[in-house]
Amino acid sequence: MSILINEKTRIIIQGFTGDKGTFHGREMIAYGTNLVGGVTPGKGGQKHLDRPVFNTVRDAVRETGAEASLVFVPAGFCADSIMEAADAGIRLICAITDGIPAQDMMMVKRYLWRYPKERRSTLVGPNCAGIISPDKAMLGIMPGHIYKAGSVGLVTRSGTLGYEAASQMKDLGIGVSTSVGIGGDPINGSSFVDHLRLFEEDPGTDAVMIIGEIGGPQEAEAAKFFRDHMKKPVVGYVAGLSAPKGRRMGHAGAIIRAFGESAAEKVEIMREAGMTVASSPAELGATVATVLGSRSKRVVVTT
Amino acid sequence: MDIHEYQAKELLAGFGVAIPRGGVAYSPEQAVYRASEIGGSRWAVKAQIHSGARGKAGGIKVCTSEDEVRQAAKALLGKRLVTHQTGPEGRVVHRLYVEAAVPIERELYLGFVLDRKSERVMIVAHRHGGVEIEEIAQKEPDTIIRSVVEPAVGMTAFQAREIAFSLGLEGGLLSRATTTLLGCYRAFRDLDATMVEINPLVVTQDAQLLALDAKMTFDDNALFRRPNVSELRDYAEEDPRESQAAEYGINYVALDGEIGCIVNGAGLAMSTMDLIKHAGYSPANFLDVGGGASPEKVTNAFRLVLADPKVEAILVNIFAGINRCDWVAQGVVSAVKELKPQVPLVVRLAGTNVEEGRRILKESGLALVTADTLTEAAERVVAALEAAGTRTAKTGNGKS
Repeated sequence: MSILINEKTRIIIQGFTGDKGTFHGREMIAYGTNLVGGVTPGKGGQKHLDRPVFNTVRDAVRETGAEASLVFVPAGFCADSIMEAADAGIRLICAITDGIPAQDMMMVKRYLWRYPKERRSTLVGPNCAGIISPDKAMLGIMPGHIYKAGSVGLVTRSGTLGYEAASQMKDLGIGVSTSVGIGGDPINGSSFVDHLRLFEEDPGTDAVMIIGEIGGPQEAEAAKFFRDHMKKPVVGYVAGLSAPKGRRMGHAGAIIRAFGESAAEKVEIMREAGMTVASSPAELGATVATVLGSRSKRVVVTT
Repeated sequence: MDIHEYQAKELLAGFGVAIPRGGVAYSPEQAVYRASEIGGSRWAVKAQIHSGARGKAGGIKVCTSEDEVRQAAKALLGKRLVTHQTGPEGRVVHRLYVEAAVPIERELYLGFVLDRKSERVMIVAHRHGGVEIEEIAQKEPDTIIRSVVEPAVGMTAFQAREIAFSLGLEGGLLSRATTTLLGCYRAFRDLDATMVEINPLVVTQDAQLLALDAKMTFDDNALFRRPNVSELRDYAEEDPRESQAAEYGINYVALDGEIGCIVNGAGLAMSTMDLIKHAGYSPANFLDVGGGASPEKVTNAFRLVLADPKVEAILVNIFAGINRCDWVAQGVVSAVKELKPQVPLVVRLAGTNVEEGRRILKESGLALVTADTLTEAAERVVAALEAAGTRTAKTGNGKS
C-alpha cells in the first residue's frame, strides 16, 4: 500500500510543455506513472509526450478525470496555478517550484480553506522534490531507481537528504511505501503532521522516518503528534546542528529565529516525545533498520 | 533582505507612520547641513549599519551644537561597530542619519512578523520599548500583546484599537496609534516584508507618537516584483563572497571552519556540515550548487571555496536527482585543472549517472580522493586533512 498516489492515480502536469515539465514528464511516464495529460495556457488541443494538452485545469479534469497535479509553473505565477488546480477539484496538488513569495503562500492556504473538507485539496510543497510510491507512481523530480518498494513511510523537507535516506535504506534492503517531500519554504502546503496521520492509517506502512531541518515549528508539532496519536514507530533526523543563528541556510525557511527552532532543540523535543533520532546523516538507514529490528523482535516475543 | 533604519523610516512615512525630522549624511559637512536643515538644538547622529543594539556599541550620539554634530560624524564615519548582531568582525559605518532628538515620555515596542505557526502576519506589541523583545519573551512572556491578521480581510481598525488601548494609548493618541498600526501593516503587505519592527515607538512630551527606530526585512522571493525595495540593497553590508555567489546562482554562507563544502541541496549541505562537526572539525561554509549544476557552476563553486584562506581541505558531496554525476565530475575535473587547489580534495558522488561520473574522475588522473558513501566521505576528508598538515582532531566539538 501507499499514501497519496498509486499506479491508478490520474496525474496531470501544469507547465507541461516547458523544459522541466517535458523532462520530468518523460521520466514519470518511464517510471510507469499514469500521466493523463497536461496544462499550458494557449496550447490547448496539442499533443505533448503523446498526451493531450489543455488550456485550463478545469478542461483537463473534465476530459481526463485528473485527480492529481504536478506544478512546474514559475514562482511569480505559481500561486495562481495552485489555486486554479484547487478550484478545478484536483485532490492532490504537488508544487515543485522554488521561490514563491511567502505572502502568496499565505493567500493560497487561505484560498484552500474556502472549500468544505470533503472536496478540499491537499497541497504538497512548494520547493520540494515531490512524491513517490515506489514501483507504482512518481509525482516529482526524484531519481526513481534509488527507491525500493517496501513498508517505511518517508517525509522530508529537503529533496537530496530524502534521496540520501532512501538510498541508505535500499542498501540495507529496506523499502519505502511512499516518500513525501514537504519542501523547504517557511509556509508550506502540508506539514509532517498531515502525512504522519496518513501513514498511521496506511496498512502498508510499518514505520515512518521524518527528516527536518532548522527553522519553524513543524518538527516539534510532529513530535507532539507522534506522542499523542501514533502507534507506529517514527525515526527522526534534523539537519543543521552546526548552522549559526539568524543565517538563512539555502532554503527560504531554514533559518533559526526563535526559541525551539535550532536543530539541537528539535532533536531534544523529538527524543522527549519518544522518537528515535538518527545522530548523523550517515546513520539514517541504519537507525531505521534498528527500529524495525527491535520492533519485529517485540512482536515475536509477544506472540 | 535587510535595509537601513533611514530607508525603513522613509518607506514607513509613505504609509502614514510619523517619524522625527531627519536626513542621511555621508560626510561631517553633510551631517552639519542636515542638522541646520532640521533646526532645533538637539540632534541624534546615528550610524547606519544593518544591526540593532547600535546605541550600546557607541553608534548613536546625541549632540547639542553643530560643532558636536561635526565631531560625532567624524568619529562615526569609517568606524568599525561591533554589536552582538554583527559578530566579532563588526561593520564599518559608511552612512549616518541625523535626526531631531525628541523629548520622550514613554517608549513602546511594536513589531509585525510572518508567524510560521499560524502562517499569517502577527502583530507583537509591548508597553516597554527600547529593550529587545526576545528578552521580554523570556522574562515575562504573558505581558506581550499579540494579534493575528486574517489574510483575506487584512488588518482591521478594531484590532488596531485593541492594541492601542492595551498599550495605554488613549485620548488624542488613539487615532495616531491606529494610523501607525494600519500603516505598518499596509507597508508589510504592499512591500512583501517579512518583518517590520519599531523599537522604540515613542510618546513625546508634546503628545506625538513617533517611530524612533525602524527595521524592515523583506522576502527575497518577492524582490522581483518590488523594484523600489530591491534598489535599497546595500552591498557594503554583505559578505562580498556571498554577493559573488548570488551572481553565480549559488547559495553560499561563509562560516569560520577549515573544511570547504560543495554540495547539492540545502538539506544535504547542512547535513554535510553536521557530519564534519561530528568528526571533530568545522565547516568553512554552507554551499548549495542547486539543481542543474553545470560544469561551469561547479567550477564557480570551487572559486568561492578557494577564495577563503581558512580552507584546508574540500569535500564535494553530490546526490544527483535533477543533477547528473557525469556533469558534476566534468566540472570537478575542469575546476581542478584550472584553479589548481593546493588543499586535499575528497569527492563523493551518488545518484543519476554515478558510474559515468566516477569513471570521469578516475580517468582524469588527478590527485583526488573519491568516496561512495557519506561515512567514507567524512572519514577520508578528515584523514586527508590530518595527513596534509600537523592537525589532529580537535576535541570538544566532536560527537555529542
